Amino acid sequence: MIWVDTIVQGILLGGLYALFAAGLSLVFGIMRLVNLAHGDLIVLGAYLILTASTVFGLNPFLAALIAAPVMFGLGWLLQAHVLNRVLGADILPPLLVTFGISIVIQNGLLEGFSADSQKLSVGALDSASLALGPVTLGVMPLLTLISAVAVILILNQIFYRTALGRAFRATSDDAATAGLMGIRPRNVFAIATGLALVVATIAALYLGIRANFDPTIGPARLIYAFEAVIIGGLGSLWGTLAGGIVIGVAQALGAAINPEWQILAGHVAFVAVLLVRPRGLFPRAND
Amino acid sequence: MNHNSKIALPVALAIVAALALVPFYGSRAIIQDLFTVLTLLVLAMNWNILAGFAGLVSVGQQAFVGTGAYAMFAAVILGGVDPLWGIVIGGAAAAALSVPIAIFTFRLNGAYFAIGTWVSAEIVRLSLAQWKALGGGTGTSLPKGTTQEMFGVQPIRHLLGISNAAAADVLSYWLALALAVATLSASYLFLRSRAGLGLQAIRDNLEAARSVGVDPARLKAIVFVLSALGTGVCGALMFLQITRVTPDAAFSVVDWTAFVIFITVIGGIGTLPGPIVGVLVFYVLQRLLADYGTLYLILLGLFGIAIMLFARRGLWGLFTDKTGIELLPLRHRPPRTATPVPGIPPKIVKEGT
Repeated sequence: MIWVDTIVQGILLGGLYALFAAGLSLVFGIMRLVNLAHGDLIVLGAYLILTASTVFGLNPFLAALIAAPVMFGLGWLLQAHVLNRVLGADILPPLLVTFGISIVIQNGLLEGFSADSQKLSVGALDSASLALGPVTLGVMPLLTLISAVAVILILNQIFYRTALGRAFRATSDDAATAGLMGIRPRNVFAIATGLALVVATIAALYLGIRANFDPTIGPARLIYAFEAVIIGGLGSLWGTLAGGIVIGVAQALGAAINPEWQILAGHVAFVAVLLVRPRGLFPRAND
Repeated sequence: MNHNSKIALPVALAIVAALALVPFYGSRAIIQDLFTVLTLLVLAMNWNILAGFAGLVSVGQQAFVGTGAYAMFAAVILGGVDPLWGIVIGGAAAAALSVPIAIFTFRLNGAYFAIGTWVSAEIVRLSLAQWKALGGGTGTSLPKGTTQEMFGVQPIRHLLGISNAAAADVLSYWLALALAVATLSASYLFLRSRAGLGLQAIRDNLEAARSVGVDPARLKAIVFVLSALGTGVCGALMFLQITRVTPDAAFSVVDWTAFVIFITVIGGIGTLPGPIVGVLVFYVLQRLLADYGTLYLILLGLFGIAIMLFARRGLWGLFTDKTGIELLPLRHRPPRTATPVPGIPPKIVKEGT
C-alpha cells in the first residue's frame, strides 16, 4: 500500500509542475517562444504576492488577486516591446533575450529582497490533511492539483470557445494568414504572454505556500516545467498536465527508493519518454 | 591575402608573445586574472563554434566542464597520475560523454535541443553527486601539494625564482594561453576547411547545402564532440587551478553556460574575434562594478538583450560594418572575372590564399 501512497503523492506533486508549465506551454504553443525567464517570472510573482500580503496584511490568496493584473501588464509589456522583436525562425535571439531577462530578474530580486528564503503562510491550511483509507492527502497539494486542472480547463475553454482563442489557434498555425484575416499577431502574442503570467502568478502562489523560495530557485523550477511541456507535446495543454504528472510520479518513486534520486528520476523519465517519442506524448501542432 | 589579414598575423603573434611573457614582469594577481579571462575565452570560442557556426544552441556546456573537472580529479586522486595527464583524461572523458548526449539530443529540434542538453547536464551532475569516492554532493579537494609537485612546476620555480604555489599558477596560465591559441587556430583552420565551408552552408541554407552533398548530421556531430573536448580540457584546467570541485560549482549553468553565451553574443556570435571582444567587455564590467555586488550581472543581462534587439552580430559585427576591417575573415569570394561565362560555375577562391 505504500506504493499507492507514493504514486498519489507523485500525482499531487505533478499538479504543481503542471501549474509551472501551463503558462510556458501556452506561450510555446502559440508562438514557439522558449521563455527561459519563466521560472524567474514565477519567483517574481511569489515576491509580488509576498509584498502585497505584508503591505496590505492580506491572505496570500487575496494578495494573488492584486499580483495577477500586475503580472498580466508586465507580460503584455514584455511581449509587445521586447519579445515580439526577436520572434522568428532563428531560436537563438528569443532564447538569449529571455536568458538575459532571467539574469536581470534574479539579481534584481537578490538586490531588493536579499538571498534569505521566504514563505507565504495561510495559517492552519499550511499543514492540514485529509485521510482517505490508506492514503493521506495534504490539503494544499490537493488544492494545487485541483487548481492545475481548473487552469487547464479554463485555458482550453478560452482556446476552443472564444474569439480570442480562435485568434490564438489561427496565429499558432499560420501567423501571416491570420494577419490577412484582420488579426494582429503581435497583439495576440502580447495577450497570450499576459495570460501566461497570470497563470504564473497562480503557480507562484502555490510555490510560495508549499515551500521556501529565494531569488535563485527559478531555473530549477523552469527545467521541470520544460520537461512537462515537452513530454506532453507542443501545444497540448492536457498533455502538459500529463507531463507534469509523469515528472511528479517519477520523482516520488525515485525518492521512495533513495531520497537522493528524486530529481534524477524525474530527468531520467524525461529522457526515456523522448527517446521513444521525440515529439512528446500528445503533439498537437507541428513545430 | 588582403591588407588587413596581412597585418593581422604579426599583430596576433606579438599579442600572444606579450601574454606569454607576462609571468616575467606581472604580479601573481594579474596572472590569476588573465587565467580566468583566457579560460572563459576558451569556453566562449567553443560555444561560438557550436551555436554560431553549427547552429547547435546548447545550454548544457556545463556537462563537459564538470565532466572534465571530475575526470581529472578522479585520475589524480584515485589513479595517482600527474595532473597534466589528468587534464588530457578530462578532455577525453568529456568527448566520450558527448557521444551519448549527442545521440539523445540530436533527435530533438531547435528549442527542444537546448532543453535536452540542459537536462543531460543535470543528469550528469546528479549522477556524479552520487560518487562517494569523490565526496558525493559536497565535493572534494586535490591532495595538498598536488599542483606544486606537478610536472613542470620546478623548472618554472627556478626560472622565475618564485614560490611553488606561484609557479603552479604560472604553469596553469601558460597552459590556458596555449589552449586559447590552439582553440582559436583550430577554429580558424576548421572553418576555412572544406568541412567548415559545409558547416556555414548548412547554417545559411540547409536544403541547398544538402543538395550539393553536405551531410549536416555528420558535420554537426563532429563539431559537438570537438567542442566537448575543448570544453572538457578547459574545465579540468580551471578546477586544477581552484584545486577543489563540487557538483554545484562544476556543473553551474550560470557560470559555464549563461556567462559564456553573453560573452559570445555581446562580442559577436558567428565571428571568430567576437568571443575575444566579449570576454574583454565582461572582464572590464566585472572589474569596474566589483564593489556593487551583482550589478554587473544585471548590466550584462541588459547589455546582452540590447545587442540581440539592435545589433545581432554583436560589437565585432558593428565594428566590421562601420570600418570594413575584417580580421580572421571566413568569407569565400568568387573570382573577379569581368564577364562570367554562362554554364561554367565559377571556381571558389579562398580569401586567405
